[in-house]
Amino acid sequence: MAAASWLALGAALLAAWLGVAAIRRAALTTNAGRAFFTPGAHAPARWGLLLLAAAAALALAAPLVAPYAPTAQLDIVGLQNRPPSFAHPLGTDLYSRDVWSRLLYGARVSLAVGALGMVIAVTVGTAVGAAAGYWRGAVDAVLMRLVDVGLSVPRIFVLLVLAGLWERMPLGVLVLAIGLTSWFGTSRLVRAEVLAAREREFVQAARAMGAGPARIVLRHVLPNAAGPIFVTAALGTGVVMLLESGLSFLGIGVAAPLPSWGNMIADAKDSVRAAPWSVLAPGLAIGLVVTACAAVADGLRDALDPRRARRGAEQLAPFPASWDLSAPMHDPTADAPRSRA
Amino acid sequence: MAAWLVRRLVAALAILWTVATLTFVAIHVAPGDPFLPSAERPVDPAVVATLHRRFGLDRPLPEQYARYLAAVATGDLGVSFSQRRPVAAAIRDALPHTLLLAAAALLLDYVIGIAIGLVQAATAGRRLDEALTVVTLMIASLPAFWVALVLLLVFGGWLHWLPVAGAYDPALYDALPFAGRIADRLRHLALPAATLGILGAAATARYQRAALLEALGQEYVRTARAKGLDERRVLLRHAWRNALVPITALVGLALPFLLTGAVLVETVFAWPGMGRLAADAITLRDYPLVTGTAVTACAVVVLGSLVADLLLQAADPRVRVHG
Repeated sequence: MAAASWLALGAALLAAWLGVAAIRRAALTTNAGRAFFTPGAHAPARWGLLLLAAAAALALAAPLVAPYAPTAQLDIVGLQNRPPSFAHPLGTDLYSRDVWSRLLYGARVSLAVGALGMVIAVTVGTAVGAAAGYWRGAVDAVLMRLVDVGLSVPRIFVLLVLAGLWERMPLGVLVLAIGLTSWFGTSRLVRAEVLAAREREFVQAARAMGAGPARIVLRHVLPNAAGPIFVTAALGTGVVMLLESGLSFLGIGVAAPLPSWGNMIADAKDSVRAAPWSVLAPGLAIGLVVTACAAVADGLRDALDPRRARRGAEQLAPFPASWDLSAPMHDPTADAPRSRA
Repeated sequence: MAAWLVRRLVAALAILWTVATLTFVAIHVAPGDPFLPSAERPVDPAVVATLHRRFGLDRPLPEQYARYLAAVATGDLGVSFSQRRPVAAAIRDALPHTLLLAAAALLLDYVIGIAIGLVQAATAGRRLDEALTVVTLMIASLPAFWVALVLLLVFGGWLHWLPVAGAYDPALYDALPFAGRIADRLRHLALPAATLGILGAAATARYQRAALLEALGQEYVRTARAKGLDERRVLLRHAWRNALVPITALVGLALPFLLTGAVLVETVFAWPGMGRLAADAITLRDYPLVTGTAVTACAVVVLGSLVADLLLQAADPRVRVHG
């Protein structure tokens, strides 16, 4: 690796650190932000945020940081499955490509798919949940039955059917398909929040003043549901990334030669014994980023609901990150009767 | 109770109908034709037409849909293009393998997960608890297929302790005595089941910890402590029993996870189950097999969550439905 690459790496990490510092400054003006950045509390969440920022910075700066082109087969005879060295920090893969460079470029694809898929899922989930909660009645019944179907179908089979039918699924279609099969949990969550908020006095006041449904939902109801939505979004990004990696591993996600962390593992799986690094690196990258997403969601949840954090009991509530979004996004014991003061 | 059961069954059927319809729509909306000639596989147009006629693809869509629904309802999932036998037969061969894998994984998942949850609740707030919280979170965040590959590398590639492919040893199996066959199958089952079990256990442990801490905050626990019971007894006899209820409720939700994981893990370990069947069907563009596995997987999940609900009602009188 050339000195320029090391320099770019340092600069990218510094930029990530500065970015987090800027987020912190902005966040300190809000109550939840202050709670999130309180020293001592939510340490894993702040580490997670830093890690996500670093991953995003490295992804953006990939062309500068990566010492080689991600698809360049450097020397198919001399550099096949080489262990990590100074020139190749994470070794080379079966096709003599530099694993570190592919990891950096793969971060662009994996993070982008995760973020975009999550945005689609959260948008659709919020819209459906708000509609069901606001209008109730027949709209609610129809939408929630649809959600029931969505939650009880193992999503990967739906995606397998879709992906299998496209000769080669374009990346946009893949993101859309992932997003449109990932919103069911969010819609239930938002519906519950909207149901609770729509009876509050300020919503009645807004209605009495003649505000229409759109204004009431967007201006008065949804801001009150923003907390859980943010938590879902943070967690959802990780879940979508796991899903993408699984689909790419099966050869129906992100298509080669464009590197994603999932298809890097798929490419390297047959040479796992000869070149373990080419499998370990992208897998650990996925694991770290998904853990970071879950940790941030965890801290965000506590910061947004200080009472919950003080109770301590569920301070680190369960995070089924590798589960479907269909798993309960919040306290699974919520339905059980409780006698909490 | 009877009315509830009927409602649940109707809902289950509605779900299956929706799934069948969606798969049908997806197949006909998506571009691509299984019989269209490609560069590496030139086909005479007349042959294509014959194939279309034989598999009913030349009929109008509503008729194809009606035929499809009627066939699915009677358990006829069509004939697999690639295997040249009924889809139902292929699924009948594969499903037991997946159910065995899922059952073994679920067992590991709950035994390990509940044990970790108990340890964490007993040491809540201390170093061990905090460490386990981070560890379980990280494990739950790993891709299932990657964990499978790592286990394969370590236990199959480096240590040579366990076989890494198939459900049994094709060369030896027939020659083995009965006990040997069981042992052979268990050895083949070990790595795929461990992969899914460990991942599931990480999530279960987090749920179990939260449920236990919730239960430990209740009045009856305070009463038990006030009576002078030791902490072990309070945890195991009083809190744990109640904390098992929400965990039982999760069995239904664990099923989609297990099937999803099975698709990936079966691919890694060449386990001859539904997941690998589905993945193979995709690569071979075997439409009836793709839809058949999808509909069957959904049916398994719907049935499983129904059973889980019934179990939950048996376990917890508070959620019993009347009327």
